[in-house]
Amino acid sequence: MVVMILLIGALYSAPNLYGEDPAIQVSGLRGAQVSEVILDDVLKKLDAAEIPYKKSELADDRILVRLTNEEDQLKAKEAIGDSLGDEYIVALNLAPATPEWLQAFGASPLKLGLDLRGGVHFLMEVDMNEAMNKSYTQMVQDFRADLREEKLRYRGIKREIKLDAVRVEMRNEEDLDEARRFLAKRYPDLVVSDDYNTDEFDVLIRMSEQKIKETRQYAVDQNITIIRNRVNELGVAEPLVQRQGQDRIVVQLPGVQDTARAKEILGATATLEFKMVYQDGDIGAAMRGRVPPKAKLYESAPRGPVLLEKRVRLTGDHIVDAQSSFDEYGMPQVTINLDTKGGNKMSAMTKDNVGNPMAVVFIEYKPTEQKDENGVAKLKKIEDVIQIATIQSRLGRRFSITGIDTSAEAHNLALMLRAGALIAPIQIVEERTVGPSLGQENINAGMTAVLLGFGLVLVFMLFYYKKFGLVANAALAANLVLIIGVMSMIPGATLTLPGIAGIVLTVGMAVDANVLIFERIREELRDKRSPQQAIHHGYDSAFSTIADANITTFIAAVILFAIGTGPVKGFAITLAIGIATSMFTAIVGTRAIVNAVWGGKKIDKLSI
Amino acid sequence: MQLLNLDSKVINFMSIRRYSGILSILLVIAALGSFATKGLNWGLDFTGGSLIEVSFEKSADLRKIRSVMDEIGFGDATVQNFGSSKEVLIRLAPQKKSVDEANGEKITSAMIGDVIMEALQEMDSTATKRRIEFVGPSVGDELRDQGGLAMLTALICILIYVALRFEWRFALGSVSALAHDVLITLGLFSVLGIEFDLTVLAAILAVIGYSLNDTIVVSDRIRENFRKLREGSPEEIINISLTQTLNRTMITSITTALVLIALLVVGGELIKGFATALLFGVVIGTYSSIYVASSIALSLGISKEDLMPTVIEKEGEDQDQLMP
Repeated sequence: MVVMILLIGALYSAPNLYGEDPAIQVSGLRGAQVSEVILDDVLKKLDAAEIPYKKSELADDRILVRLTNEEDQLKAKEAIGDSLGDEYIVALNLAPATPEWLQAFGASPLKLGLDLRGGVHFLMEVDMNEAMNKSYTQMVQDFRADLREEKLRYRGIKREIKLDAVRVEMRNEEDLDEARRFLAKRYPDLVVSDDYNTDEFDVLIRMSEQKIKETRQYAVDQNITIIRNRVNELGVAEPLVQRQGQDRIVVQLPGVQDTARAKEILGATATLEFKMVYQDGDIGAAMRGRVPPKAKLYESAPRGPVLLEKRVRLTGDHIVDAQSSFDEYGMPQVTINLDTKGGNKMSAMTKDNVGNPMAVVFIEYKPTEQKDENGVAKLKKIEDVIQIATIQSRLGRRFSITGIDTSAEAHNLALMLRAGALIAPIQIVEERTVGPSLGQENINAGMTAVLLGFGLVLVFMLFYYKKFGLVANAALAANLVLIIGVMSMIPGATLTLPGIAGIVLTVGMAVDANVLIFERIREELRDKRSPQQAIHHGYDSAFSTIADANITTFIAAVILFAIGTGPVKGFAITLAIGIATSMFTAIVGTRAIVNAVWGGKKIDKLSI
Repeated sequence: MQLLNLDSKVINFMSIRRYSGILSILLVIAALGSFATKGLNWGLDFTGGSLIEVSFEKSADLRKIRSVMDEIGFGDATVQNFGSSKEVLIRLAPQKKSVDEANGEKITSAMIGDVIMEALQEMDSTATKRRIEFVGPSVGDELRDQGGLAMLTALICILIYVALRFEWRFALGSVSALAHDVLITLGLFSVLGIEFDLTVLAAILAVIGYSLNDTIVVSDRIRENFRKLREGSPEEIINISLTQTLNRTMITSITTALVLIALLVVGGELIKGFATALLFGVVIGTYSSIYVASSIALSLGISKEDLMPTVIEKEGEDQDQLMP
């Protein structure tokens, strides 16, 4: 069994020996998919530019072409990037050069943390106050519209900032009762309080705990979606966008050096516009440059170029929510909720346009390579028609877009609609950028420290315990292999500089178990036991001590992992893994070797 | 080869426990005194602010860099060499409001690093960015609270485990030893003014783990001997146990210290604080597992009866081992 586990450990740590190939990665943007055709195209471009490549593959919706050196990587990016256009993102990547037979086992090399490979780490915070503010404003608007619709006359509806509530004032008790009943029924996720004042005919309405939680959740989720989209556009190979705690988002961009540009892109704004399709125009003529004065030509649209009215009927900041689902016929659809004002506008727009097509335009400002005199990248306005749908009936605050082909498309549309909606503002609260040279230095320093520390301990143990020291050293080496193997196996684990420090520390402490055992054996020998008995008793009586000592340290490591962030977590994970693997190698591993060497023989003297 | 010949004598550790107790108390008081007067040199992780590490091709002209910083409105920045004369570390306290006076543009705190980097590159084109860190003030406070919380949680969990596994006197003894180690290590950081950042915090928590390891091994042996040896006062038994485990304590400390020295010497600048904290913690931890933990357990009146197992069969096992 020991041999099996060691083999598995070695197998999974093996990919770390092979290094990485510089590679070019191509992926689609906004639903565009990479295909065999694109792959052929990319390879042809590389041939034309006389750039040799090792291997190409199409998997996980991305094309990966391995190249021979980093110089070619840049050239290849230019050659491919120019021709593929806006719909595809070309990114530089490092592909692990793990041989196929290892990949077949699912083995992959360790992921390096940002402090080792260089890159940017942002911690962004969603402005929850603002998100809540918007919700309350929305509540006030909705109540007004609803009560008016119900013909309930109110004296005033306003937000009470200090009370975290909306106050609804009615004119008499009867209306107040009616309004309370109505609002409680209409909004099950709001709390209509009982402590209303009968003299003033007013009532306080609050959000339920659930609703507050949802609002916060939504604000963060929405921002994560938007940031993901933006990050994809940055062309970063393996970005990480992840929620952290209540209202924070971690963004990690390995390999990115231009932090200023990254910030701009993350902060770029996207909007949506609803427009009517221009009915009287001639696309052919417009394509030749004769665009009617009231229309605008959009070349990027789902079903070819289209003419839209110039007039914007509705903007995306009226969208409260957009969800993809299925209609009663099981067809994919996207349901959109507008705020009151938006609902009124939509209603006015669709009243006279039943049967006419309406278009949704997605507008984004993206930084370009050009810079203005102050060195700030110029922003380019990019407009895409993302959907054209025929208006079936007069629409209000809540409506659906149907006739979407696939549910993936519906999902994507909902994402885009939300991305264009009004969002809670976000700001960077923590940044850590590590330059590539420092990253490499950290790797080198870390590796030297591991090797030096390892070497010193090996020499010491050999010197002090002779042959048994050799056994302990074998266990220590196996331990190192196992730690790396386990780290490579756990998908989320990344190796950081404090992580390396954790490994170094484990190397120092891992021999402890063997020291405990060996000291016991010596003691037993001093008590005039036979060598075989001494070995047996040594292992047995040291076990509980080793277990206690390691469990307590393990507790410390787990707490570190649970509570700590960033560097602390990296350290905790290697420490915890190290404790587990060292227990195994130092007790089970050495016992196996000892049994193999000294077991079953009559020995007079032990080399310990 | 052996460090000590243990056949003949038992070292009377506990005879000097009064003095060691006084020494420990003095050290803790000194550490607390240093916190009160000097405080800790909190790193960027806890205070918030910005940090920029830049390297140049030639030795950096600190005076010139300071004047550039002055020009762009960050006169309060500290500029110092880091590691070598070619590398420079610039630190800024959290900025309340910052306005780029030349352009009249508003710079958010998160942009400061980029602005400074740009100015430095204008001054010297060989300036390359090694690292930029920015921590918002609210994040800094949180990290500090989290760190304190982590330390307390760790201590409490360990207290519970040791109390369950051994006995409350040992638990109290070992946790006092841990608190002792942590306080004195923090005291060293305060006295020497070494920066205290997140990695140092991790190191302190590792010290807790390490020192505990030592303490447990010793306590384990004391428990065993209380059960095994029929004669001797608690003090004598503790002395015997400490003597028996001394070899192991020393060897493990030596190997750990060896790797830590390796880390300190070749591990690079970023890991120096970490290695220092751990190295010192290991030394203090070794001392405290001998003196603090055991002598507190002894002072609390640990006796044979407290450690006798309640299960009868186990007693038999122990006796079996006594008679080979």
